[in-house]
Amino acid sequence: MSADPACRSVEHALSRRRLLGGMGAGALGMCGGLAATPALAEAVKRGSKRVLVVFLHGGVSQLESWDPKPGTDTGGPFRAIPTSVPGTHISELLPHTAKQMHRLSIIRSLDTKNGDHGRGQREMISGRDQPAPLDYPSLGAVVAKTSTPAGFSLPGHILIRGAGTGPGSAAYLGPQFAGVAMNDGKPPEYTARPDGLTGEDDRRRAALRSRFNDRFAGRRRTADTDAYTFSYDQALDLLDQREVFDVTKESVRDHDRYGSHEFGQHCLLARRLLERGVPFVQVNHSNYDTHFENFDFHIEQLGEFDRPFATLVNDLTERGLLEDTLVCVMSEFGRTPRINDRYGRDHWGTSWSIVMGGAGVQSGGIIGRTNADGTAVEDRAVDHGHVFHTILQAIGVDSLGDFHVAGRDHPIADPAKGPIDELLA
Amino acid sequence: MIDPTKTHQTLEYKHGRPLLAVRYAPDGKAIYFSAENTPPQKLLLAGEGTEPTVTPLEGGHDSWVKSMAVLPDGDAVITAGYDGRLVWFDVREEKPRLVRVVEAHQGWVRSVVASPDGKLLASCGNDNLVRIWDAAEGRELAVLPGHASHVYEVAWRPDGTAVVSCDLKGLIKEWDPVAGVLRRDIVTADALWKYDTTFRAEIGGARSIGFNADGSQLAVGGITKVSNAFAGIGTPVIVVVDWDQPAEPTESDNTTEADKQTAAQAAGLKQLEGKGAGNGVCWGVAWHPEGFWIGQAGGGGGGWLRFFKADASEDFHAMKLPANGRGMALAADAQSVAVAMANGYLRVYALHA
Repeated sequence: MSADPACRSVEHALSRRRLLGGMGAGALGMCGGLAATPALAEAVKRGSKRVLVVFLHGGVSQLESWDPKPGTDTGGPFRAIPTSVPGTHISELLPHTAKQMHRLSIIRSLDTKNGDHGRGQREMISGRDQPAPLDYPSLGAVVAKTSTPAGFSLPGHILIRGAGTGPGSAAYLGPQFAGVAMNDGKPPEYTARPDGLTGEDDRRRAALRSRFNDRFAGRRRTADTDAYTFSYDQALDLLDQREVFDVTKESVRDHDRYGSHEFGQHCLLARRLLERGVPFVQVNHSNYDTHFENFDFHIEQLGEFDRPFATLVNDLTERGLLEDTLVCVMSEFGRTPRINDRYGRDHWGTSWSIVMGGAGVQSGGIIGRTNADGTAVEDRAVDHGHVFHTILQAIGVDSLGDFHVAGRDHPIADPAKGPIDELLA
Repeated sequence: MIDPTKTHQTLEYKHGRPLLAVRYAPDGKAIYFSAENTPPQKLLLAGEGTEPTVTPLEGGHDSWVKSMAVLPDGDAVITAGYDGRLVWFDVREEKPRLVRVVEAHQGWVRSVVASPDGKLLASCGNDNLVRIWDAAEGRELAVLPGHASHVYEVAWRPDGTAVVSCDLKGLIKEWDPVAGVLRRDIVTADALWKYDTTFRAEIGGARSIGFNADGSQLAVGGITKVSNAFAGIGTPVIVVVDWDQPAEPTESDNTTEADKQTAAQAAGLKQLEGKGAGNGVCWGVAWHPEGFWIGQAGGGGGGWLRFFKADASEDFHAMKLPANGRGMALAADAQSVAVAMANGYLRVYALHA
């Protein structure tokens, strides 16, 4: 395998190392050490745009969230409440989010024709039809590849997860764009310096490895060796910036506002990462696969989701970050309009909803429409491919273009699909 | 002569929408039931071979009705909704008349029950509260805080001196309904609650509740041994609590089935599970004056009526239902039970040959 000139090259890595070496560890840690100040937010705004995906694992019910149908045979027991957008109603389970809907738009016409968890997760996160697990890069990898500023020393693609699937694949883009997982919100693995190894010893060790590596790369450089080099460099970078991942550094007041439960903490962590310019952050919230007691479980899960998510949207707005941060709440599919005999709803990919906002996309809008009982899309059917294009175009990536990798052109997004233009107008 | 082994269906009424709750009129001449997305209904029982007549209890709610209370004189029905409301209906005439709407709880009202003398009501809901009401006037008489999770069921002791409540975590409390104060935490029925670490959600709570005739035992129905919360993979169970419960209740941190069994034995609790019981929840429980518990289960294992003698932990008889039941009521004369079914049918079963 030859080296991929399009990905982070050895030259890039070397120049980055020199940059880091010249700046010293103090400068390296600057990003992580800074408090969340307006200056920092301003600096972040000047960089590339970012993406925040909140993935509601298991398949949230559209009828208990973004497309309520109260008073119908499929509507369930919950009522619809008005939002900050006149005429737009969402489920009563989302009172805090309802106050942020003027900053978001609802897409009520997802028809992804799928009810399988694994396939749905892969499709929604890769924008492709029925992809094999490693066929296409995930959204996070594409965003990291296209939107990571030069010299940025944190991972470009971070997944905060309590449960749910693991980090997104980078496929042909190379492992340096694969997701870095923060399992249970903890810092990425292997970013703590082992006890007994001083910083000075570590730097000397790294310098020696680097000399050997450069010599080897001069004659035998491949994409694989590039990836190894990147991994070592990233690990070194993260050793000095661990504080970035430490949500306890946020204020007591913010902890109160977001809540002490897992999802609240993860949303606060997402804010911390976005403030520091991480191009792609995904927060998983688990779980919504409610074949039994759908209504009780949606009270519980959306009760956790509502306030932290609304707080995050509000904070991103107030800190001037929402205009450059695309926020999307998605699942692998929705849930059946039919209520089963165990008060459950089953898998449903035929007519369901997601939410999108920020980065200049239309706010306060509703795209598409389902019929009266929510069993079919009546207007503007879209799927994962259209969503993928839309997110990328919103952050300034030409999703109709190609990646040039190892002599091959790879369409960035499904060439058979396009963006939802109404959202980008 | 009552003989559960001879239980058989005597009435089948197709409503169409999935049923939720069911109650008998005290004189046994009518059955009230609620269903998804329709008003509650009053079904007048007619003689054999005659079609029953049905009239709706119109108005007052804008969501499903979760529970109903019928006053002992049979003159009024109070319905409890997922909209947080209690609604009073005068049912003396053929056509029920809406009398009063009260915003009763924040979030769902999960249960409403009339006191034995019909003067008071107790309700509970998702605001973690138990509330006591004047049954005639609809005035709130007491607000009883203390539960830390949704309160799923509430019941009156047969002598009318106590109200009990059970929450999501299985914590059972006794209240003084007149003074409006907590008397004691009776016990935590660990078997009725689990935090599913895979799905990261809590499952449990009392889905049915009832006393025996002299109030010496309280039965709480639900689901136990849950292996998959979101698929409802667990066993229907009735936890029987002695009223003179000696154990001091504590905040439970028992997480394994073995821990729960040990704690239950230590607390003197008895768990009634059917022989070879399939997956599901015990949605209905009632004490029969002949001296046995009736449990009505529904879930992945289908619908069942199961009968347990007071001194046994396994059923002495079980009858498969044609569909999942979601609620059960025992007639005042104890000759039959009515079951609200998820397939849209109300069915009545005689407990004798």
